[in-house]
Amino acid sequence: MIEVKNLVKSYGNFVAVKGISFKAESGSILGFLGPNGAGKTTTMRIITGFMPATSGTVLIDGLDIFSNSLAARAKIGYLPENPPLYTDMRVEAYLRFVARLRGVSKSKVDAALDHVLNVCGLTDMAGRICGQLSKGYRQRVGLAQALIHDPPVLVLDEPTIGLDPRQIHEIRGLIHELAGNRTVVLSTHILPEVSQICDKVVIIADGHVVLQEYLAQLPAGTSLEDVFLHAIAKEGHAESGSAEETLEEVGAGHT
Amino acid sequence: MKNAITIAGKELAGYFVQPVAYVVMSVFLLLGGFFFFNMLRYFEVMLNAYTAMQNPQVLARLNLNSAVIEPLLHNLAIVLVILVPAITMRSFAEEKRTGTYELLLTAPVRTGEIVAGKFIAAAVFMLIMIGLAGIFPLILVMFGNPEVGVMMAGYIGLALLSITFVSVGLFTSSLTQNQIIAAISCFGILLLLYVISWPAQAGGSQFGDLLRYLSLPDHFGQMVSGIVDTRDLIYFASVITVALFLTQRAVESVRWR
Repeated sequence: MIEVKNLVKSYGNFVAVKGISFKAESGSILGFLGPNGAGKTTTMRIITGFMPATSGTVLIDGLDIFSNSLAARAKIGYLPENPPLYTDMRVEAYLRFVARLRGVSKSKVDAALDHVLNVCGLTDMAGRICGQLSKGYRQRVGLAQALIHDPPVLVLDEPTIGLDPRQIHEIRGLIHELAGNRTVVLSTHILPEVSQICDKVVIIADGHVVLQEYLAQLPAGTSLEDVFLHAIAKEGHAESGSAEETLEEVGAGHT
Repeated sequence: MKNAITIAGKELAGYFVQPVAYVVMSVFLLLGGFFFFNMLRYFEVMLNAYTAMQNPQVLARLNLNSAVIEPLLHNLAIVLVILVPAITMRSFAEEKRTGTYELLLTAPVRTGEIVAGKFIAAAVFMLIMIGLAGIFPLILVMFGNPEVGVMMAGYIGLALLSITFVSVGLFTSSLTQNQIIAAISCFGILLLLYVISWPAQAGGSQFGDLLRYLSLPDHFGQMVSGIVDTRDLIYFASVITVALFLTQRAVESVRWR
C-alpha cells in the first residue's frame, strides 16, 4: 500500500509537483499517467526515497519514506526510467549484487536469483554482460533487479518503453502476474497499457492530480483516451477534485 | 558494515574488468622499475667512485636506503598524484551518469555505507598496487643488506599516502557526474597539498608552520626516512576523515536539495 499525501517538490523557483495525493492499495496495479513533464518521474523518485519532497508525506505500508527511510526502502522494488545496470557486469553477478544490497540473506540469494531469472525469461542470459544486452533484455534485467528481494511494493517507471510489440506484450503479462498481493505503481503514457493491466488510474498534469478513478468505474463506452485528453485539457482552469465532472462530461459526450 | 563490504566487493571486481586498472598498475610499476634501475645504477657508480678514491667517510654514509629506496618512494608518490585520480574518477561520477546512482540510493543502504564501500575498494586496489611495487626492496634484500625496518616504514608511508589520495579522489568524484572534472579537480587538490609549503619561508613563522603542517611531502618524507611518528599518522588520518566526511555529505546532499 502506498499513500501519497500533498506531495510538493520544487527545484529552486520551479515547482514540479504541486500537491499530489493518491493511494495505491495492495493487490492492485495503479497506472500513473500524464503528459511528458507532468511530474511522473519526480513523484516516483520521491516515493522510492531517491529524493525528498519539499513537503508532503509518502507512506509505504505505513512506513514514512523520509523518517523511516531504510525500513521503507527495503519494501520497494524500483525500476527507474533507465534500467540501472552496471554495464561491465554480468547479469548474474549484477543481480546477486542487487540482492545482497537489498538485504537478501546469503543463503537465499541463489534461490532468489533462479526465481527472477525464470520469471523474467533471463535464464539463458545469466552469463551475458549487461552492457551488451539489447534494450528489451536490459529492461527485463531492470525488472529482475526490482523483483529480486520479493518486495511488497513495486514502482515501475515506464516499464515498456522502447520495447518491441512482442516484448511489450510479455512484460505486461509479467507485471499482471506479479501483481498478486503486491502494490504496483507503473507510469506510462501508453493508454491501452493502462486499460489492459491496471485496476486504477491516476492522471496528473502540470504537477496536479486531475483524475483518480478505478477503471471499472469509468462510464461505460468511454475510452481512456477521451478521459485522459479531457482531464489534461481541463488542467489550468480546473484544479484537482474535478474528477467526477470530467467523467460526467466525457460520458455525456459519448452517449 | 555488511552493505559496505558488498559494495566494496562489487567495486573491486569492477576495477579488474576495466582496462584502466591494468593500465594504471602497469604505468606505476614500469615507472617504478625505471626509477629503481636508475637509482641502483647511480648507487653503483658512486660506490665504485668512492671506493677508488678511498674515501671511507663518504662510503660509510652511502647506503641503499637513502640512495635507492628514499628517492624511489618520493618519485612513486608523485606518480600517484597523477594516477590516483584516474582510478577514483569513476566511483561516483559514472554512477550518476549511467543512472545506477538511483539504484544505490533507493536501496536500503546508508550513504555512509556506500562511501565506505567505495573507499575500501579503492584502498585495497592501492594496497595491491603498492604491494606489487614491493618487488624493488625485495630485490635489494636478496642481493644486498638494506635496513628492512626503514624500508617498511617508507612503504607504509606510501600506502597511507595513496589511501589519503583515494579519499580526496572519492570526494571530487562525488561532486560531479563528469569523470574528467572529477579527475582534474582531484589532481589539482593533490598537487596543491604537494606544493603548499613552498611559500612557507616567505609566509612568516606561524603561517609558515601551518603551511608546512599541511604539506604532504613533509609528513610522507618523515616516514620514508624511517620515522613513524604519531603526528604524521594523525595528519594522514585527518585528511582521510575530512575527505570521507565531505564525500558522505555530498552523496547525502541529494536528500536535502
